[in-house]
Amino acid sequence: MFETWFSQADAILLARFQFAFTIAFHIIFPAFTIGLASYLAVLEGLFLKTRNPVYQKLYRYWLKIFAVAFGMGVVSGIVMSYQFGTNWSVFSDKAGPVIGPLMGYEVLTAFFLEAGFLGVMLFGMNKVGERLHYFATLMVAVGTAISAFWILSVNSWMQTPAGFAMNEQGQYVVTSWMEAIFNPSFPYRLAHMLLAAYLTTAFVVGAVGAWHLLKDKSSQAARKMFSMAMWMALIVAPLQVFVGDLHGLNTQEHQPAKVAAMEGHFKSEAQAPLYLFGWPNEEEAKVDYAIKIPGLASFILKHDVNATVTGLDAFPRDEWPPVPIVFWSFRIMVGIGLLMVFIGLWSGYLRLRKQLYDRPLLHRAAVLMGPLGFVAVIAGWVVTEVGRQPWVIHGLLRTSDAASPIDAVGVGSSLVAFIVVYFLVFGAGTVYMLRKMAGNPESTHIPNYARVPMAAERLYHEEG
Amino acid sequence: MDYALIWAILIAVSVFAYVALDGFDLGMGILFPWIKEETYRDRMVNSVAPVWDGNETWLVLGGGGLLAVFPLAYSVLMPALYMPVIAMLLGLIFRGVAFEFRFKSKANKHWWDRAFMLGSMVAAFSQGVMLGAMLQGIEVTDRAYSGGWFDWLSPFTIFAGLSVCVGYALLGASWLVMKTDGPLQQRAYEYGRNSGILLIMAIAAASVYLVSSFENVAERWLTWPGSAALWLVPFVLAIVGGGLLTSLTKQQEGRPYLWALGVFLIAFVGFGASIFPYLIPFEISIWEAAAPDNSLAFLLVGAVILLPIIFAYTGYTYWVFRGKVSEDSGYHE
Repeated sequence: MFETWFSQADAILLARFQFAFTIAFHIIFPAFTIGLASYLAVLEGLFLKTRNPVYQKLYRYWLKIFAVAFGMGVVSGIVMSYQFGTNWSVFSDKAGPVIGPLMGYEVLTAFFLEAGFLGVMLFGMNKVGERLHYFATLMVAVGTAISAFWILSVNSWMQTPAGFAMNEQGQYVVTSWMEAIFNPSFPYRLAHMLLAAYLTTAFVVGAVGAWHLLKDKSSQAARKMFSMAMWMALIVAPLQVFVGDLHGLNTQEHQPAKVAAMEGHFKSEAQAPLYLFGWPNEEEAKVDYAIKIPGLASFILKHDVNATVTGLDAFPRDEWPPVPIVFWSFRIMVGIGLLMVFIGLWSGYLRLRKQLYDRPLLHRAAVLMGPLGFVAVIAGWVVTEVGRQPWVIHGLLRTSDAASPIDAVGVGSSLVAFIVVYFLVFGAGTVYMLRKMAGNPESTHIPNYARVPMAAERLYHEEG
Repeated sequence: MDYALIWAILIAVSVFAYVALDGFDLGMGILFPWIKEETYRDRMVNSVAPVWDGNETWLVLGGGGLLAVFPLAYSVLMPALYMPVIAMLLGLIFRGVAFEFRFKSKANKHWWDRAFMLGSMVAAFSQGVMLGAMLQGIEVTDRAYSGGWFDWLSPFTIFAGLSVCVGYALLGASWLVMKTDGPLQQRAYEYGRNSGILLIMAIAAASVYLVSSFENVAERWLTWPGSAALWLVPFVLAIVGGGLLTSLTKQQEGRPYLWALGVFLIAFVGFGASIFPYLIPFEISIWEAAAPDNSLAFLLVGAVILLPIIFAYTGYTYWVFRGKVSEDSGYHE
């Protein structure tokens, strides 16, 4: 009965929207916890080395925020591991033999490691002592990075599949695991995402530090975290521009249609212009209201002003990704990246002049930059995922052929349920994290780490 | 080497590990309606706070592992069990975040308590429904689910859902017996007895129903060698059930949890034997569902090396947090 109201096309569109929604929400938490876990490992290491209590304070301060973010990452991640099957069963059946084992390795090498040692990290200090506790922190940090390794390998295989053949059931079968795991786009995507996670976290830490500096510029804890974050901005943001460029060149080689959409290049041409802004008009195959710099795209993509850059005209119309979404998401990502570089340079200049803690304008800017890393991460994922369309596995399996035999009503109602629950639950979680971040780091409670009898030592979030 | 069989056993082990570990922590939420005192609830939540993350990871291994080694079964089961799967995931979201959130906001604590309670119940109930739906059969045509939207819903699956809630309440109560003392522990003994009796009755009823209503299942248990095993089932269930109830009555702290696992293991082996070697009963066998051998072998290397390590550090975590969770937990400074 319902089938007559909605077509299969609606079901696929809703399933795509559901995946986009749940994964965009999910990626926010890992992007933050990958960075924060490493930051916590650095803080605890520095404390053990220097015994400077400010590091201990910062560790306890960020640990509580980490706990909330990690919990939300876990539960939104469980959804992802079942989402492949509920809405994309054809994809699961065909690609399962390739991506399944990689995700299996993610669970075995990363998820258990993180979850296993998280308990010790959060609640175990006075049970295991400093050294083992530091070990637990390191294991959690390593776990988050290993997790990124596997899941980015999976995603990269979907972008640039390698090392496979097809069996008689129509499934993809791996012929070389090395080639499949280290497929052509994987190293670039992994480096780009890890740096993005570190940068995103650095800008959150920087924003919180700046916020507290604006209230009290003598705060040692606020100074320390702001200073550490600005070092990251100065060093990692330019590095990210470099890695991002390499990633773009790699995409140009393997997925030229995606790059053409990113750049708004409808026709293949020599001395291709770089469109700064404009509105890609797919019907007329041109960029409206364009502000462009002639030849610059050829220079960036081919390192030669006169080189010919492949445009969308080189591909059949039904193999184009949705151009405006890719074009604009790319500009949002790059724009935020350049802002980060600017903040890094500005802070470096003020640090040289010994004014890092004395310029409220920089601090205000840093506060505003706080959430932008997440925006850039999501925009970047939109570029690469929407840019891969109409394929779910590039060049092999179309998204429209990959979905489950579920009708639109089913997918639509679960989508509504996810939207309501996510906004409610993760909205509350965000409020709690912001509340923690608003708390003064100087007054972070340091529990008594002496070994005490069981009764007094259940330190579950000691300040309640 | 028969990789599919090895993996079927490994997946069964990880599902059982999931039930054994997450069962008791879902049980905390299921027991909430009977334990309303705030300090008791805090103790219950604290007793599982350091380990729940790891416990739930077994569920991710179940989902991810099924996709990796039995992709066909995964791609048939997920659409077939769409609604209970989504309900389970949403339930797990609520209860998972409630661990953190209920200590973050005094004003909203009672709401997060409810989220913890309902989330745990919905997750447990959905898992039971999925088990029931698998046992009663799933329609398959050409490597895809071909049944309707509500095929998973039947009196039997609802019964299975409720039974799993009862079972997890038993695991939760036996866990509390180990982790608490005083009046809360006394109540845990009582809830353990009640849920234990209910669970054993439920398993018996489900077994009778399966054997009497499904020809394929009946054929296995009513002919040799199944018929011999069938006669053993009531005895084994009686011994383990008796052990459970005795240990609860005699208040032997460490034992009820192990006996409860025994009850689960019997049910698990019994249901498994009813459908083996099918993953989707009597449609898709483990060999038909299995991924190509090189995928199975590749992940098996990792599993053989890593699972013992995982068991070791999981065990270490439990050892670090061994002992009773005390009344005056330190978080209300």
